[in-house]
Amino acid sequence: MLPAPKLSELPAGDSAIIAAMPCGRPALTRLRELGLVPGTRVKVVRRAPLGEPIEICVRGSRLAMRNHEAAFIELAAS
Amino acid sequence: MSESNPEPLFALVGNPNCGKTTIFNALTGLRQKVANYPGVTVEKKVGECISQHGKKLRLIDLPGAYSLNARSPDEAVLRDVLLGRRADTQRPDRVICIVDAANLERNLYLLTQVLELGLPVILVLNMIDVAEAREWRIDVPKLSALLGIPVIPMQATSGQGLIELKLAMSQAAPEAPKWHSPPLPEPLKAELARSRGLLCQAGAVRTEATLLEPLYLISDHDPSHYGIDAAHLERIVECRKALESRFPGWEDELVNARYAAISELCAQVLKRPDQPGVTITDKLDAVFLHPIWGGLSMLAVMSVLFYLIFSIAQVPQGWIESAFSALGNWVQSEMAPGDLRDLIVNGVIAGVAGVLVFLPQILILFFFIGLMEDTGYMSRIAFVVDRLMSTVGLNGKAFLPFLSSYACAVPGIMATRTIDSPKDRLITILIAPLASCSARLPVYGLLIPALLPAHLASAWVKAGLMLGMYAIGTLGAFFFAWLFNKTIMRGASSPMILEMPDYKVPALKGVLLHVWERANLFVKRAGTVILGLSILIWAASTYPKTPGADDSTQLANSIAGRAGHLIEPLVKPLGYDWKIGIGLISSFAAREVFVNTMSVVYAVESGDDEDVQPLRNRLAEERWPDGRPIYSPLVCLSLMVFYVFAMQCVSTIAIVRRETNSWKWPMFQLGYLTGTAYLLALVVYQVGTWLGY
Repeated sequence: MLPAPKLSELPAGDSAIIAAMPCGRPALTRLRELGLVPGTRVKVVRRAPLGEPIEICVRGSRLAMRNHEAAFIELAAS
Repeated sequence: MSESNPEPLFALVGNPNCGKTTIFNALTGLRQKVANYPGVTVEKKVGECISQHGKKLRLIDLPGAYSLNARSPDEAVLRDVLLGRRADTQRPDRVICIVDAANLERNLYLLTQVLELGLPVILVLNMIDVAEAREWRIDVPKLSALLGIPVIPMQATSGQGLIELKLAMSQAAPEAPKWHSPPLPEPLKAELARSRGLLCQAGAVRTEATLLEPLYLISDHDPSHYGIDAAHLERIVECRKALESRFPGWEDELVNARYAAISELCAQVLKRPDQPGVTITDKLDAVFLHPIWGGLSMLAVMSVLFYLIFSIAQVPQGWIESAFSALGNWVQSEMAPGDLRDLIVNGVIAGVAGVLVFLPQILILFFFIGLMEDTGYMSRIAFVVDRLMSTVGLNGKAFLPFLSSYACAVPGIMATRTIDSPKDRLITILIAPLASCSARLPVYGLLIPALLPAHLASAWVKAGLMLGMYAIGTLGAFFFAWLFNKTIMRGASSPMILEMPDYKVPALKGVLLHVWERANLFVKRAGTVILGLSILIWAASTYPKTPGADDSTQLANSIAGRAGHLIEPLVKPLGYDWKIGIGLISSFAAREVFVNTMSVVYAVESGDDEDVQPLRNRLAEERWPDGRPIYSPLVCLSLMVFYVFAMQCVSTIAIVRRETNSWKWPMFQLGYLTGTAYLLALVVYQVGTWLGY
């Protein structure tokens, strides 16, 4: 089985549903509090000119985060 | 409501960037006060307004936060004030919760947490115009009915909705909200009740505390645990461990449940178009965040800003200096000679001028920052440069304050308030003085030609050397940022999460108010410290008096002069004599003072009173007793390296004291910078000497 795709790998312009996120990590809990909970659709709006951070759209809000955090967010295969 | 304060206290609560401050300003006008919450660098803003019925109402603008599960001192203050845990701040009687209508779903997260606290709440849907422009339809009456609270659509920048808000605030007996969040799972409730019992015994919470208080204390992830008594922390950590072992991932479960309820609520009151149209923000971002145009446009904006604070600010600075020097001359001619006249002219007037001279740069920088924050461009800068800053462990928001420090560290350090991560903010403050500020230019200007005489080097080589000084300062800053990240700030890391708000037209009035507030705080809080220290340094170079002596002898016999002699053994390994030692001591006030001091030190010794040779030529003639020149190229280089690193600036010390709210950090900074300066100047001189230069 292929490993699940990660938010950090999603190309700009694409969207997907969050499948899973590790529990009990304060940094990820904050992302959940900003609306990134499993079952939510996220869209990658763009990457910064230097490749990082990535700008995403979730629940109609736009946020930027680094690959480091985005790599923990598993997406449902589309 | 307490009897001594019959007017109800309203708290303004909301996410960062929701327009809370604009609404606070619109309600209070200039009837507001800014102070600090004791022991922390979070600003406390209180004000007053008059209700529609002519009654006085009190307001407190609480720090912006995403959640009551605190991740920063700002969020801890919000939690503690709303729970009534702060001794210095009254628990608010009512809450005005401001949400950004264009980010409604995310903003409802904090709102639902606040609703559970049981205080009467008024909901303000700010930036309703932005939501409408995106063709979002919000059913306001239904939202109000479902939450059981008044809901007021608002466009704070144009004042639309303000009267409705004031009317809602005037309501005499508001009802408590009827929103019910999904109940906590029963076993979790039981465990929290047990925690509450334990924390109650320890005195960490009061007996009447609801389960929410232990919940929010246990879920505090701010590494500084601000607002939590150190004695209680251990007990709280125990409770957290117990919770986590019995219910792994309980916090995440609660977030999921809350968002499930919010999604359900939004499905009833919010309609978004299936295919979002292209907004102005999308069009602007296509340029400002473009791989090529993004970088170029940012370069252009930064160049304009730098030009303004570096060059244009010199014009009003010149006016301030000449006005005060005219005032000094006038007092000089009107007063009888004596210690009092000297104190007024050279201590007080010169000291006040030394404070006010920073104002042009502060005003320009904060006006610019205000515009960039208000338009939303600031987040774009952070987005573009974040990768670059992350190599030294900082985030994109540290870029602008650090860049500003190349003009002057004082406004640069004040600008670190825009950095929300406390760790990044402190590191940026600590490294800001390493950006080669404009006060070093006179020192470089004196020493570079002395190091490289015209017949030996072209202007290009000199410019290259100047650039080299900027480069080693910058490298030093990056090195120390990296080092502090790895050492003293280790473990305090928080994720970089940046909001990308929609672009909007700036509210000029709010920007100007903010500029005025910053300038006012600088003069009152930092200005007094700068003035005091300047007078001390002036006194040290003036007393004790040597009757009948010329200026040079007078200085040599003063406290500063004697201190110069005293430190000669210390600075001799760097290649300096005691006269340079005097220069170092007196330029502790500000770097550029070095040039003036050296003129006083040498002017009379030349024995030529009518036509004082340029100081530079005097330096070239200075000799050690054995005939070697004092200002050898190596000594000039060593001195310049010293000035790149040393924290020779009382104004910076004063502003760091003000911005970190303690003497600990400015003293640490003074120590590490002066130590580095000494060490590197020593290496330059000793290695250079060993190599035979």
